[in-house]
Amino acid sequence: MSQSVGKKAGPAVEFVGVNKWYGRFHALRDINMSVARGERIVVCGPSGSGKSTLIRCVNKLEDHQQGAIRVDGVELTESPRSVEAIRRDVGMVFQNFNLFPHLTVLENCTLAPIWVRKKPKAEAEAKAMELLARVRIPEQASKYPGQLSGGQQQRVAIARALCMEPSIMLFDEPTSALDPEMVREVLDTMVELARSGMTMMVVTHEMGFAREIADRVVFMDAGEIVEVNSPAPFFDAPRHERTKMFLSQILR
Amino acid sequence: MSDAVFVRNAPAPALSPPASLVGPLGWARANLFSSIGSSAATLVLAALALWLIPPLIAWATWNATWSAPDGAACRTAQDGACWAFIAQKWQYLLYGSYPESEHWRVNLTGAFGAFLIGWLLWTGAPRKGLGAVLFFIVYPVVGFVLLHGAPDFGPPPADTVIFSRVLAPLWAGVARFFDAMRPALPPVDTIVWGGVFVSLLVSLVGIVVSLPLGVLLALGRRSNRPVVKALSVTYIEIVRGVPFITVLFMANNLLPLFVPDAYAPDRFLRPLVGTALFAAAYLAEEVRGGLQSLPKGQYEGAAALGLGYWRTMRLVALPQALTLVIPGIVNNFIGLFKDTTLVAIVGMTDFLGAMDNAMKDTVWSGPTILVTGYVFAGMFYYVVCAAMSAYARGVEKRLAAGRNR
Repeated sequence: MSQSVGKKAGPAVEFVGVNKWYGRFHALRDINMSVARGERIVVCGPSGSGKSTLIRCVNKLEDHQQGAIRVDGVELTESPRSVEAIRRDVGMVFQNFNLFPHLTVLENCTLAPIWVRKKPKAEAEAKAMELLARVRIPEQASKYPGQLSGGQQQRVAIARALCMEPSIMLFDEPTSALDPEMVREVLDTMVELARSGMTMMVVTHEMGFAREIADRVVFMDAGEIVEVNSPAPFFDAPRHERTKMFLSQILR
Repeated sequence: MSDAVFVRNAPAPALSPPASLVGPLGWARANLFSSIGSSAATLVLAALALWLIPPLIAWATWNATWSAPDGAACRTAQDGACWAFIAQKWQYLLYGSYPESEHWRVNLTGAFGAFLIGWLLWTGAPRKGLGAVLFFIVYPVVGFVLLHGAPDFGPPPADTVIFSRVLAPLWAGVARFFDAMRPALPPVDTIVWGGVFVSLLVSLVGIVVSLPLGVLLALGRRSNRPVVKALSVTYIEIVRGVPFITVLFMANNLLPLFVPDAYAPDRFLRPLVGTALFAAAYLAEEVRGGLQSLPKGQYEGAAALGLGYWRTMRLVALPQALTLVIPGIVNNFIGLFKDTTLVAIVGMTDFLGAMDNAMKDTVWSGPTILVTGYVFAGMFYYVVCAAMSAYARGVEKRLAAGRNR
């Protein structure tokens, strides 16, 4: 996992002996993992297994108490400056979209590029329109999020994150809050993004997506990484008992 | 006909509903006589209205005395309002004892202010940024000079090197400018200010100063920094736990003790400061409620995009939170506007105070003067408050339509 792609060498994200507690509850236990540039990781596991917590640590929406997390070779520390620098470079898509309801779709997409990246408004808008076209909803640019369907909102959220031109994208159960008929359009967008070479960490229960796109699947249970493998052997020949049980429960 | 199998062979035509469901009759049925209880309530209220409203209208219109040189006519026509009294005293009620020859200064300040407020509140108005700069920075200075008169700067206190080299010429220039203006704008001491003008001024300053202060206090109360949080909580809880009159008395009597005599705040400024500081505490709680009602995801969404604390607040959290609490904020402003009547207690002649003074005029004293005066004052406060609440309803409706939430 140490091939160097693109401008910087070394892994995109690296966990070294990471531990995290919520009060007395040990939420992440001895996490050691490295994500290469351009690699697509799918994280799965039963609810409460720590998979969301794991990727939320990458852009420091959650703090870890022990060990080190390095993003693009920069270690996450308490310094607000380093945190904001990391967040500029790491896009995130949430289960509940977290679009800003008081701004139009276009304004949602240009807010951070204008205020954080200091782009001129016209340039930010051109980039946003380009990305809205890429997620196939440019005609909704002047609407408010509340006027869109769930699937459209999630595609806007993806475009909004991409507008910051991140080098890593995190997806925290992006299809779990959607009606079944809208899952497809969001997954298609993510597949297209994956094919473009983006580094992605995706928490999802969509095993079809994992099989199609993931370079590696990470299975977590009770706060620890239980099994890591390429999708084919992971799904066809799981090795750990807990993995077998989990897969037998979700696959029919 | 058998029910088991049915095929429609002629479409059922759309009929107009029976007359009992539509039109005035239908409306009355649905809204006034929908049940025995509501029918009874309708009849009782209608009787009450018939009994009360005609005499009230008669009192206010054809029984009223519309013009008279003094109270004699009003003393004989006792079953009507004495509008002649209001007509005679209107200048005092508007301006207090502000010299009559200088009333144009109050009018000009008021017109300028109304223009700027209209500019800022009007939805489609252009160049709101310029309007805001004019209103929040230029207007206070211009208004102060207009109302209070050209200030006397005196000779520059040349006690520091930097001051004498850099600021002294500037000081002298400004002083000369105001000296030249003094003949046109002679000073008018705040002691003679009064009437509607003072009521509006106190409320306007209270509203404009307390809103940003309240927002800062609300942010402080939700801050992660223990010191900032403790200070905000202490301030809000103390001010909320103290009656407004106490705050006014404290502002009036204690504020001068904290600063040297030469810089003692004007006796008009003290209640202004008190009003703004008092209103800020209530607004802070209102705004905090709005901030708390936002889903956590909004803050996380902003954080994930790299927005820092202040930008998250200014661009994401506050616009949503303030919109949510518009009814509460306007409620506070209405309360603040009516509370300005209390400044009379510390010796300011607001509109109600001016009315009280006018009613003491022995030329007009009579049984109808008190009722006329207070009804008129009540109508004035009602009209202003109703306008504020109507504007707020309009804003809410517009935002609800735009965002479809």
